[in-house]
Amino acid sequence: MSILVNKDTKVIVQGFTGKEGSFHAEQCITYGTKIVGGVTPNKGGTTHLDKPVFNTVSEAVNATGATVSMVFVPPSFVADAVMEAADAGIELAVIITEGAPVRDMQAAKAYAVKKGMKTIGPNCPGIITAEECKIGIMPGMIFKKGNVGLISKSGTLTYEGANQVCNEGFGITTAVGIGGDPIIGLSYKQLLPMFEADPETEAIVMIGEIGGDLEIQAAAFIKEHISKPVVAFIAGQTAPKGKRMGHAGAIVSGSAGTAAEKMAALEAAGVHVVKSPAEIGKKVAEVLKK
Amino acid sequence: MNIHEYQAKEIFKRYGVPTPNGYVAFSVDEAVQNAQKLGGSIWVVKAQIHAGGRGLGGGVKLARSLEEVKDLATEILGMTLVTHQTGPAGKLVQKVYIEEGVDIADELYLGVVLDRAKEMPILMASREGGMEIEKVAAATPEKIIKVAVDPFIGFQAFHGRELAFGLGLAKEEIGNFIKFAAALYKVYMENDAEMIEINPLVKTKSGNFVALDGKMGFDDNALYRHPEIEAMRDLSEENAAEREAAQYGLSYIKLDGNVGCMVNGAGLAMGTMDTINYVGGSPANFLDVGGGANAQTVAKGFEIILQDKNVKSIFVNIFGGIVRCDRIANGILEATKLVDVHVPVVVRLDGTNAKEAAEILRNANIKNIITATDLGDGAKKAVAAANGGTL
Repeated sequence: MSILVNKDTKVIVQGFTGKEGSFHAEQCITYGTKIVGGVTPNKGGTTHLDKPVFNTVSEAVNATGATVSMVFVPPSFVADAVMEAADAGIELAVIITEGAPVRDMQAAKAYAVKKGMKTIGPNCPGIITAEECKIGIMPGMIFKKGNVGLISKSGTLTYEGANQVCNEGFGITTAVGIGGDPIIGLSYKQLLPMFEADPETEAIVMIGEIGGDLEIQAAAFIKEHISKPVVAFIAGQTAPKGKRMGHAGAIVSGSAGTAAEKMAALEAAGVHVVKSPAEIGKKVAEVLKK
Repeated sequence: MNIHEYQAKEIFKRYGVPTPNGYVAFSVDEAVQNAQKLGGSIWVVKAQIHAGGRGLGGGVKLARSLEEVKDLATEILGMTLVTHQTGPAGKLVQKVYIEEGVDIADELYLGVVLDRAKEMPILMASREGGMEIEKVAAATPEKIIKVAVDPFIGFQAFHGRELAFGLGLAKEEIGNFIKFAAALYKVYMENDAEMIEINPLVKTKSGNFVALDGKMGFDDNALYRHPEIEAMRDLSEENAAEREAAQYGLSYIKLDGNVGCMVNGAGLAMGTMDTINYVGGSPANFLDVGGGANAQTVAKGFEIILQDKNVKSIFVNIFGGIVRCDRIANGILEATKLVDVHVPVVVRLDGTNAKEAAEILRNANIKNIITATDLGDGAKKAVAAANGGTL
């Protein structure tokens, strides 16, 4: 089992024929993901990577029955692409693109919510169900099948966490990179109950960072609704205030959004909080061996 | 990206947000000419730097004669202004804004920011004008009135009424205030602002509202569609090393410790700093080399890290995903030929082809390069090397 995507999930790629889209779509196909086609306006009717190309998302959905879209279009076209996917009845859009304006994402997300489409990202590595389906840019080989679910704002910390979990002899059910922008799609609060309901997931790793209050919301939710053990790391304990640490949303504004505040809230909710990402694997092993 | 007060006020004027008249000056002569142009008998001389708290730091002063304008401009231009937002080093004042005096009846606060939890812009108002809004929020949160505006409907009169009644404005002032707030919301949305702060927002004796100060920040991701705002960028306000790094696609922020860090990915870069701290050391910087770490970017990274004389060791922490570690190892070796790296470099490469990478580094046999097996091991070795301990 897994959450959101599995070996049967049919995926289209928006921005299929571009450099990034092509490279990563090919990697996904090699991994085993059912990429059933792609969308590039004005290239409809051609084939790319042996898959059909469509002019619009709606044509692609009608022809292929795809339910998920992986979005690789350039930042200035992201909102348009996401809204088109929502309009065409796509169920989940995984937005990899980095650098989309906040105002655009605000509108795109509001429209997606209205249409009942889930979104992941933007500016994220994507989602992977180990050894079944990879929709994104993560290195597939580090995700061995197992019983740990992973949610992370950071791409490389997703890899770091998954790698440690696998090195300890465990593995991953599904890993979701939710992105570190100020406005993102699915977050901890929506993903945690999915892992709680997934019979194969026995523990959850959540990796957060400074800025915003999603981790605080997650802590309150965990306290009430999550019975599986959660191991958490919050990046940016040593980050200076008022400085944007790489991700657009990773900034301590005034005294809000600090790592200390988030770690305290999670600890109070019974989460196993580690102070260094180097401790994630060991902590997971410890809670699973109990 | 942030801009100066005088630039924010130029934008305000275009949208009908009332501001006092004023002109920016780069010299004392120009300051006096500006005061003459404005006329009247009271002027305010205001240091233009990207930091709040200018008044308390001595960067905003009242002049009652042209002679005084001259004296104050002489004093403020070229001074190093230290405020709670500049850090102890302060900032050099290179321009002043000469503004007409305003008859102040009351000082309020009005700001627009993104509420990340609501995913909508919010307007924030307070009667405590002139105070730091964060201090007000911490001590007396009930004194801040917040109104979220759904961009699908835009700013409506009721949003304005909620703020105005919350501020306890008089009946005849409410109409003016709503107009002011509506114009400010428009400034925020149409320019892809990240935040606008007017502190203080002045109520004049005649019941009008005037932006006495103006602070604006913009969404960097949206600057491509606002060339006129991009043109307002003041490079002298930005950290030179951070700017240089950005030109090479590197994201760098200087800190106070002695262990330099070079990492791929912002999250892992922060996690690396945290781990150095966790094992008893102190990170010298944040540095994200991005997804495509190659010899040129790594060399530039070494160069920028080593400009900081506090750095006693460097921890290169790369998790190779799509980019193979053996290629990164070769990149590091090549970089050490391009840049004189005179401190120990601890290298941890994990992910795709990590074993081959370790082999390459070992065989190169460079005395300054120490290999590490994982993140924790690397952090310990880098801290030990910085402190001159045994490895």
